[in-house]
Amino acid sequence: MALETKQVAMTGNEAVANAIKQINPDVIAAYPITPQTDIVQYYSSFVADGQVDTQMVTVESEHSAMSATIGASAAGARAMTATSSQGLALMHEMLHIASGFRLPIVMPVVNRAVSAPINIHCDHSDTMAALTTGWLQIYSENAQEAYDNVIQAMRIAEDPRVRLPVMVCYDGFITSHAVENLFLLPDETVKQFVGEYNPKHTLFDFDSPVTFGPLVLPDYFSEIKAQEADAMRAAKEVILEIAEEFAKISGRKYGYYEGYHLEDAERVIVVLSSTAGTAKEVVDELRAQGEKVGLMKPRVIRPFPAEEFVKALSGAKVVAVMDRAETFSTQGGQLFTELRAAFYEAPTKPLMRNYIFGLGGRDTTTAEIRRVFEDLKKDQERGSVDRKVTHLDVRV
Amino acid sequence: MASLKELSALPEVLAPGHRLCAGCGAPIVVRMITRAAKGPLVVANATGCLEVSTTIYPYTSWNTPWIHTAFENAAATASGVEAAYHALKRRGKVDKDINIVVFGGDGGTYDIGFQSLSGAMERNHKLVYVCYDNGAYMNTGIQRSSATPKGANTTTSPVGKVSYGKRENRKDLTEIMAAHNIPYAAQVSPSHWNDLYQKAEKAFAANGAAFINAFAPCPRGWRHDTKDTIEICRLAVDTCFWPLYEVVDGKYRVTYKPREKKPVTEFLKAQGRFSHLFQPGNEEVLEAIQKEVDRKWEELLKLEELSNS
Repeated sequence: MALETKQVAMTGNEAVANAIKQINPDVIAAYPITPQTDIVQYYSSFVADGQVDTQMVTVESEHSAMSATIGASAAGARAMTATSSQGLALMHEMLHIASGFRLPIVMPVVNRAVSAPINIHCDHSDTMAALTTGWLQIYSENAQEAYDNVIQAMRIAEDPRVRLPVMVCYDGFITSHAVENLFLLPDETVKQFVGEYNPKHTLFDFDSPVTFGPLVLPDYFSEIKAQEADAMRAAKEVILEIAEEFAKISGRKYGYYEGYHLEDAERVIVVLSSTAGTAKEVVDELRAQGEKVGLMKPRVIRPFPAEEFVKALSGAKVVAVMDRAETFSTQGGQLFTELRAAFYEAPTKPLMRNYIFGLGGRDTTTAEIRRVFEDLKKDQERGSVDRKVTHLDVRV
Repeated sequence: MASLKELSALPEVLAPGHRLCAGCGAPIVVRMITRAAKGPLVVANATGCLEVSTTIYPYTSWNTPWIHTAFENAAATASGVEAAYHALKRRGKVDKDINIVVFGGDGGTYDIGFQSLSGAMERNHKLVYVCYDNGAYMNTGIQRSSATPKGANTTTSPVGKVSYGKRENRKDLTEIMAAHNIPYAAQVSPSHWNDLYQKAEKAFAANGAAFINAFAPCPRGWRHDTKDTIEICRLAVDTCFWPLYEVVDGKYRVTYKPREKKPVTEFLKAQGRFSHLFQPGNEEVLEAIQKEVDRKWEELLKLEELSNS
């Protein structure tokens, strides 16, 4: 059967707004913030034009956006919101409550630097600060992936083995505002793929009323949190199952990561989201010169597929992990420290170094990526890294 | 007008066995308000005494669907519940007509929840927000809030060698809610149960957002005998410290005018939190409190006159 798709030119935000339109959730509660705003605007016009029948709540803050989304989801609605940066920081308290309630909320997060200094451009400091909130995190390289990930996220979140909220992350302005060619699925295909949401317990079940959000003391608290961790573990399998199903309707394959010339690569860059696109360009260039270089672009980092990442990098001699956010631990970015820790049990370990890059929207061009590969080559020759953590392209 | 006998026969939403203190005003308010809801009821609760004392897992005192998410967002959470109701009803997944009521203490309503309350009222969600106002953060141990009356001794406005307790007057939240031009706003007191019940009925029947500010003594924080709760409520009303009134579509109506307005000292002296005000040297504070009560009462009477003329 030939796959039905429609090629369109859209910004990342427009593509995501269209994914949400095709899902047609029961409730959206949202608050505008750059660079997420377009999603809310597009969706408001879908509602105004009667293209969807979503109940939209234009709340007075992101804290209330997440609170209302939680209230709607607990009431049995398929509920969504979207945010960026300060907005995600403001809803931080409620992120824990969404996951603690085991609510399958899907939230696109358009990555933007967190203040201060105030800055509206891309880095990953917003979502990196939310890694311990019990949300799944899926990163997208471009508008197509953001669109595809939003649709898959709905299924992953609502899977009875998971029942956890999901953030779908993509780069502010670079992906959210740039127009790209992408393929949209037919409305009916998405509708069938996401299906109906019929939760077991809701606030509107008056025959067997449920108390959502009781006080839980030390006698039960640990069990509830352990179950949440179990669900995150179960999500690993579900992510691949849904990806396989999605491939059947779209022809596009997804996993925990994308490898680019990874099989025989000796020098590898690991980087999330749009920068991977730039890195692919450099990998092509260097491969043409006979250099054994490759790229690993993690797609899912919550749950953290440590085993699979280690396996993917097992042939590498030197790895540069590029983090688009500081942790201020002085030991490197979040992705670097987690990936490095994942190698603790591995029989052979590549040399590993970390670059903190692209903060506050600083462009990372092919020139910087080339420089990173040059560093890796010197490290490989030397047999050691000359610097564990480097701020890339920073004036000294 | 229902009789107490009829009211007591109505279904009980808050089951006995909860762990609120003897003499606490909150459960009285909850049991009276929820009786006025006709049909299915969803309760949203802000973090506070009521929430912690009624839902100690794996037990719950609530015979009806109930949700608590955090402290500052009960109104926002309920906004989402209301939105879900409209969406699911439109899509044929819910067929009943339902009521939504929110309970928050003064900390969760006047202070930390002020923004989300204002947002929910402005958006005019069909829900009834009830503040049980005990005038301090009682759950954490009697800290002052913006609802704490002037002169009250709390653990963060303590009486000391150079302090007579809280220096500021209360925030007038009912007025602020009325200024949102919502269909219904009212002040109630458990001492006047029939007035309270009727206002709750009107709030549930309102075509949009409704706000009720309910006087709710806290024997622990106010330092009075648990048996005196209702008596202290009555004194608050009879001194005009806590006027009973409603604002319906912008029109004020004072629902109870004491035949003889008692001096505010009668309300104050019944509570340990004000006992220091009766020591020599604090006469001016008592005078200032009386003056403010008089000013607000006169203002209210004028608002009633103006809005109905």
